[in-house]
Amino acid sequence: MSAVTTPARQASGGVNVKIVNRIVIYGLLALFALFYLMPLFVMLVTSFKTMDEIQNGNMLSLPKAPTFEPWLKAWGETCVGLTCAGIKGYFWNSIKMVVPAVLISTMLGALNGYVLTKWRFRGATLVFGLMLFACFIPFQSVLLPMATILGSLGRFGVTLQNTVGTSFGLGNSTVNLVFVHVVYGIGFTTLFFRNYYEAFPTELVKAAQVDGASFFQIFRRIMLPNSMPIFVVTVIYQFTNIWNDFLFASAYAGTGDAMPMTVALNNVVNTSTGVVEYNVNMAAAMIAALPTLLVYVLAGRYFVRGLMAGAVKG
Amino acid sequence: MAFLEIDGLRKRFGQVEILKGIDLDLEKGGFLVLVGPSGCGKSTLLNTIAGLETITSGEIRVDGRAINDLHPSKRDIAMVFQSYALYPNMTVAGNISFGMEMRGVPADERQKAIDKVAKVLQIGHLLQRKPSQLSGGQRQRVAMGRALVRDPKLFLFDEPLSNLDAKLRVDMRIEIKRLHATTGTTIVYVTHDQIEAMTLATKIAVMRDGEVQQFGTPAEIYNNPANVFVADFMGSPAMNLIPATIGGNGGDLAVVLDREARQPITLPMANAPAGLSAFKGKPVIFGVRPEALTDPEGAERNASQIATADCHIEVVEPAGSDTFAVTNLGGKGVVARLRADANIQPGTNTPLAFNLTKAVFFDPATESRIR
Repeated sequence: MSAVTTPARQASGGVNVKIVNRIVIYGLLALFALFYLMPLFVMLVTSFKTMDEIQNGNMLSLPKAPTFEPWLKAWGETCVGLTCAGIKGYFWNSIKMVVPAVLISTMLGALNGYVLTKWRFRGATLVFGLMLFACFIPFQSVLLPMATILGSLGRFGVTLQNTVGTSFGLGNSTVNLVFVHVVYGIGFTTLFFRNYYEAFPTELVKAAQVDGASFFQIFRRIMLPNSMPIFVVTVIYQFTNIWNDFLFASAYAGTGDAMPMTVALNNVVNTSTGVVEYNVNMAAAMIAALPTLLVYVLAGRYFVRGLMAGAVKG
Repeated sequence: MAFLEIDGLRKRFGQVEILKGIDLDLEKGGFLVLVGPSGCGKSTLLNTIAGLETITSGEIRVDGRAINDLHPSKRDIAMVFQSYALYPNMTVAGNISFGMEMRGVPADERQKAIDKVAKVLQIGHLLQRKPSQLSGGQRQRVAMGRALVRDPKLFLFDEPLSNLDAKLRVDMRIEIKRLHATTGTTIVYVTHDQIEAMTLATKIAVMRDGEVQQFGTPAEIYNNPANVFVADFMGSPAMNLIPATIGGNGGDLAVVLDREARQPITLPMANAPAGLSAFKGKPVIFGVRPEALTDPEGAERNASQIATADCHIEVVEPAGSDTFAVTNLGGKGVVARLRADANIQPGTNTPLAFNLTKAVFFDPATESRIR
């Protein structure tokens, strides 16, 4: 019996230490969480307050008379630069730009990953290594060369317009942004998919070949349906990056009708006329952040799972 | 003309030659097993037949038609993979019919073919399940179903049983044999398990380092091994390969086996192979299978040449159906296979009967057979 009781007695001393450890760990975690969530909290409560309450009250206090007015104003009435039609137009601008950019870059990344792992050619590793460089290039260094390229494409678009009758979207700011984000995103999406497909059983591809499936049939029927986790990871990653991008957006679509949400938000907040409407600004910022939040909530389960899968197998 | 013919097939990866000139042929309805240790090139050879690997030179013909430059899907073959390679996103029915779908077979014909195969393999109740919901043996059946449904000229099996547990493996082995007998298909089968090779094959090709060491029926391979490698690889327990010298007076030859601290054993040979006289006074490797080295009562009655010698038994292993006894001859542990009820004690001296009609001899320098 003594053999059983001795470890138990030792453990009772250990239990106290364990509880203290737990308290310290969870206390610290709670503190950091609080610190991190504080700005979000301030934004949320401020966006539901009236201007009077903001000017006279405590920044951290809950709204006394919650109102949706600032949200409606931000969406439909607030001034972006000189036009006062709210941010809704720019919100759709961002959607129109982000959805194609995410889908195209993700599909190209999947295709690259498929070729680089299942149809290896001489120098495949070198090609992959070069593509990885895209992940390390600072955004700022490509601004000017890319502007030159977009300018040339725009002039080519004008030529096409004059000769064929359509510019095929060349020179359009939204198309330009989609192009830039696809080019910049391919490095990352290829990295994700290559590592995922590296661990993907090659025998499945061989079996499909024997079954008579073609290159694209294998991709569409075998590879893609079994890529859900990495697909979600890539979509979340690309969506967040492209939606939140300010640099390319302000450089290539900083003025005019195609201006994305991030640039518009900046213009709302930087308006120099009249009183600074904090509640409207906060509501606009929340609206700008909602899509990425939504994507995380809907697909976050897969995000963690996908990252883990990549980490263990890749 | 054989149904499957492989002529001078070579495969090179960069500077490394994986297959060094393979010549094989197989009659229609035959069962060819490629067997050898890992890295011997047997799977590569199968993949070249399937078209999943290109070949450097040589020719592969099926039914008189050269197929080595055709796409895998055009070769009229079906393949069962080691990992089964079932498509995880499709149901069992989807897996089985995928090949037909890719070939544009109409849906009602596909359904008929699925039902037929499901009946043969008794997987009818599994058709709507996903592969992840199946057990190992069921996956194996589905993988075979996917091959069978196409009714191809040639079936290729790449170590199909190696992922199953021991008991299931024996069951599936019998199932494959029955399938082959009832459907009369032509099969090329890769394995590293010599028992699978012996039990399934009509022809065996024993491979090592990209070369076929011996090609023949299971009985030929087992009883007449061409060299030390084949003799050692095929059979369980393995053949005893004992260092020996050839002695004897005048025209009579005898095998002399050294023993530790005792007089050597001399076994007189009556019908020695012709080549053996050249080795008189020289060392040879004396090969005798455990079942040809038994207790005198258990020795084969109609064997023409049996020599008996006292041996010191070191270890006794009762295996249920047989009892294995280990003795030391020529500096090596030698396994004898006795009746299950043989009265034998470790540490004693017991007479053992050598069935010399089944004995084989190898040249220690070249390791090839002395005939």
